[in-house]
Amino acid sequence: MSIAVLETTQSPASGRPIAKEFRAGPAALLVEHATKGFKVDRRKPPVMAVDDVSIRIERGEIYGLLGANGSGKSTFIRLVSGLLTLDAGRVEVFGHDLARDEMAVKRLINRVSVDAAFFKKLSPAENLSFAARLYGLDAGEARRKAAEIMARLGIGEKRMGRPVEQMSRGMQQKVAIARAILTSPTLLLLDEPTTGLDPRSKLDVQAFIEELRADHDATIVLTTHDLAEADRLCGRIGILAGGRLTAEETPERLKTRVAFEHGLPPTLESAFMQYTGRSLDDDIEEGEAGQVE
Amino acid sequence: MTAIRREALASYAFVERNFNLTKRYWGWEVAFLVYAVAGALSVSLIGQSVGSRRLLMSLVVGAVFWNYLSVVFQSIGDTITWERWEGTLEYTMMAPVRRSVQLLGSALYAVVYGLIHTAILLIVLVLFFSLDLGHANLGAAAVFMVVGSASLIGIGMLAAILPMMSVERGSQMVFVMQSCLLLISGVYAPLPSSIGPLRYISELSPATYVLRGVRSALIDGSGPDWAEVAILVVMACFFIPVGLWGFGRAERYAKRTGKLKRVG
Repeated sequence: MSIAVLETTQSPASGRPIAKEFRAGPAALLVEHATKGFKVDRRKPPVMAVDDVSIRIERGEIYGLLGANGSGKSTFIRLVSGLLTLDAGRVEVFGHDLARDEMAVKRLINRVSVDAAFFKKLSPAENLSFAARLYGLDAGEARRKAAEIMARLGIGEKRMGRPVEQMSRGMQQKVAIARAILTSPTLLLLDEPTTGLDPRSKLDVQAFIEELRADHDATIVLTTHDLAEADRLCGRIGILAGGRLTAEETPERLKTRVAFEHGLPPTLESAFMQYTGRSLDDDIEEGEAGQVE
Repeated sequence: MTAIRREALASYAFVERNFNLTKRYWGWEVAFLVYAVAGALSVSLIGQSVGSRRLLMSLVVGAVFWNYLSVVFQSIGDTITWERWEGTLEYTMMAPVRRSVQLLGSALYAVVYGLIHTAILLIVLVLFFSLDLGHANLGAAAVFMVVGSASLIGIGMLAAILPMMSVERGSQMVFVMQSCLLLISGVYAPLPSSIGPLRYISELSPATYVLRGVRSALIDGSGPDWAEVAILVVMACFFIPVGLWGFGRAERYAKRTGKLKRVG
């Protein structure tokens, strides 16, 4: 397979090169004019959660999706996951159209959401075994792979047999990540995977995400409220506001653009405020108040 | 990997997961079993107190086999409800698994679980009332159980649609459906002709034929009434495809309206 170098950038936070090479071929994720609205009141027009969004993500990229609560990030992830149907537009994963070839797309993707949803009485081993079988993995291979991933995430074999409900939130989130990785997805959708984690767990997860891209050739779409995390991990960032994509650049270009065009400090926070029309603090306060996206 | 092996593995995933859940919730399993035994005993004691062996046997068969049918129905009907409670529904629906495979796995486990539950219940009742099943036609009873289970699985699939379409009311409606089956199926005694329309409605329930066939096999030692077996086969051929079709439609509706996301 040929390799085309499209972009080279360096994360100022980690100093690591990111998004340095993309392979030619179909896009890892191609979203064209995706539109989704929800009827909340029969007498009113639908609320547009995702409004005419087009994104192209190349293989091997880590693409960050930022936006306030209710901006459409999670709806976008659900549309790509096939958990919601599009009102208009199309989604293609590695050349497979989601509407026409749903099974092929499902085999290529997996998702980690902010809430580590498990059968809480079951152990990580039992939950992972269930996931592995759904994706057609052999039981022995799944056990070996699960143990490897869990060890890499700092979860010892002793913990594998205890109910998930006895684990901390951070541990549960690591098991959720392990569940997604176990199926070797080529497109991984991470919907706020580090929200609510302590700093150490957050760093562990972030390092693992970088490792996934580097060693497992995974393409990652990451939604986050942590701008430092987005800066560290993402090759490109898209900002959603009111369901529309209001900006899409590398982190460096976003900072430069907001400084040049709007005279704001060259930070991602300035870019977030500029392109979402609100401050990050507003967003976090709303999130803590229990708003669902 | 062949497609068939992949699908068999996926189906087995649901069997294994449900087995693990049963194991982890063993305390509740014991509690439900004790409740089922106590319920069956107390109903059957009516027959004992009247001094009629036929009534006693009729009540025992009703209590035991209604337990089986309701366990199978409820296990399949709660396929979606369980996942909503745990918040895992989206993960399961995202997996590359056909709904028929998912429902087949759930149904397989429900039947095995129901058979074990029922066997324990039957043993307790036989010992408690010193029942003699020496002249019972167990083969005929098994025919009705197997064929009847298939129809019940189809109705269970239809019931599983409800929690997909309505988060709040879905599982309540499954419970109501189960109660209606209990009422119309002549569980403890055949419905008398004097009750009018209900008697005709009872002919639409596969449980009516199963209970009638099992009673006749265990009490009188009769062979299977093939006309009634044929009705059960027709019902299975109708309810299973309709259940699968309905489940698919409900999934599309849930994806259009965002109801897969809801937890509760």
